[in-house]
Amino acid sequence: MGLKIVVLAKQVPDTRNVGKDAMKADGTVNRAALPAIFNPEDLNALEQALRLKDNYPGTEVTILTMGPGRAADVIREGLYRGADNGYLLTDRAFAGSDTLATSYAISCAIKKMEKCDLIIAGRQAIDGDTAQVGPQVAEKLGLPQVTYAEEVLSADKKKIVIKRRLERGVETVEMPLPGVITVNASAPDCRPRNTKLLMKFKHAKTITERQSESEDYIDLTADRPYLNIEEWSVNDIETDINWLGLSGSPTKVKKIENVVFQAKEAKRMTPADEEIDELMKELIANHTIG
Amino acid sequence: MNSVFVICEIDEGKVADVSLELMTKGRSLANQLNCKLEALVLGHKLKGIEKELYPYGADVVHIGDDERLDPYTTLPFTSIIVNLFEKEKPQIALLGASTFGRDLGPRVSSALVSGLTADCTSLEIGPHEDKKAGKTYENLLYQIRPAFGGNIVATIINPDCRPQMATVREGVMKKEIVDANYKGKVNTIDVDKILKPEDLVVKVIERHMEKSKVNIKNSSIIVAGGYGVGSKENFAQLQELAEVLGGEVGASRAAVDAGFAEHDRQIGQTGITVRPKLYIACGISGQIQHTAGMEESSMIIAINNDPNAPINKIADYAITGDVGEVVPKLIKFYKQNTK
Repeated sequence: MGLKIVVLAKQVPDTRNVGKDAMKADGTVNRAALPAIFNPEDLNALEQALRLKDNYPGTEVTILTMGPGRAADVIREGLYRGADNGYLLTDRAFAGSDTLATSYAISCAIKKMEKCDLIIAGRQAIDGDTAQVGPQVAEKLGLPQVTYAEEVLSADKKKIVIKRRLERGVETVEMPLPGVITVNASAPDCRPRNTKLLMKFKHAKTITERQSESEDYIDLTADRPYLNIEEWSVNDIETDINWLGLSGSPTKVKKIENVVFQAKEAKRMTPADEEIDELMKELIANHTIG
Repeated sequence: MNSVFVICEIDEGKVADVSLELMTKGRSLANQLNCKLEALVLGHKLKGIEKELYPYGADVVHIGDDERLDPYTTLPFTSIIVNLFEKEKPQIALLGASTFGRDLGPRVSSALVSGLTADCTSLEIGPHEDKKAGKTYENLLYQIRPAFGGNIVATIINPDCRPQMATVREGVMKKEIVDANYKGKVNTIDVDKILKPEDLVVKVIERHMEKSKVNIKNSSIIVAGGYGVGSKENFAQLQELAEVLGGEVGASRAAVDAGFAEHDRQIGQTGITVRPKLYIACGISGQIQHTAGMEESSMIIAINNDPNAPINKIADYAITGDVGEVVPKLIKFYKQNTK
């Protein structure tokens, strides 16, 4: 019983490691200085897909990502860890998309792909933390959804049983397939790269990447079709252009403020005994503690 | 004027705190917009639930009571809300940014092609001018939230689509009764007429709720640790200080991501918002994502190696030094001075 699984993955700036060089002189974020990484919870999602592949021979795991050309890195990373193939959805027409326009474009791409049984995504991406794309893709495709998944407990061709992590406990739910799952960071970490797969897919590239290689580049995709990362533009999927990009986004950014902390003078202290002793006396005296 | 709606969440038979907090915010938005505030409650055995909502200024409480709506699943709730909103056309709809709201909100907003902004830290009403299109808008909902890992604060608007939807985390807004005798009315939703068999395909097989053991939100003293604490072992020191002072241990997202502390201790935009009497920030740099969840603390003591850490800008006391050195001293001198 093989399943066809699509994993939605996003390349994101590593917002958790914003160092000093990541800020420009005017205090704005220098996005170019932030490393681009595989969105962490999408790796948790990939792991759930790969476990299904381990358990159900014949399962095929496809990575789908939307972004600029360099987002093909995310697909390669997925291939190194056990995914079978990948699609990069890239076009200027998608620029400025909010979560709804993004979900619409992704759902159109999924419709264009071979019929799948299961779509798995990370719960949310660290650059926006919205957790909206998974449920919105499900709605656009008319599929049921299970969010905050921690573990796939069992699956067959018709249904899947999933453990969810809620605020104060866990829930086991059964969902018919096809359906959409979003996976939490509390799910198991993704397996590391596999050396054999790394060798196999090291030269996997999109057509744009192959075309921008130097003259002595030898294109191997004729003999080894698995080295082709499928690249789709807006013309390769059926869309209503009004639903894409900025025009397809109900939400607009009115204003962006870089974070400037309010000036308020803190009392500066050192860890010297007298100072700590004094602080504690003060806090006890004004009934903050004690 | 079209109404402001709050999609309420039921927690053990009662309206959840986060929903009441949003009712309070919703009431003030409705007053500003001169429109009604309406609440929507779906579940089972909800008799009398409207009485919990009237004191928060609910003009109408829409109730859908059916055994198929408990426990919560996405699809039947979506169908009922979409059906109701297509009739009522609210201008604003608010939900808690809980697993419930963050599962349901995007599904509903996608079906209605409205906009949705997650995890707002502030909601305001204001105008907007679209110079390119030559259009002006009055009374839009400004949905304000940190983004990009907390390095920016974005104001999001939905100029043309309705409802303007937003989720807000528990504790961000204040819960306040407007009038204990406030009188609204009930609208009973005919659930049976709306639900279709395909709404009921996802089944909850089992659920066990564990009461949250950690009670950071109501703690008046919080000792919080960040990535700078360095290890799970060093976090034990914070635990000791918290116990001595009678407080709880909190953590920044970075510390939780690093595995130093449990997820339910996370304070900040993507965690809990707290307003304790005393907040001791240990090894926390002070990104806005974190400070958004604690900056209203009455007193903040920051312990950090870096004298220029942003946390020092909002701190009352900034101790420049090692957490591992300072925390044991705090314990020692507290004990000395209280004996």
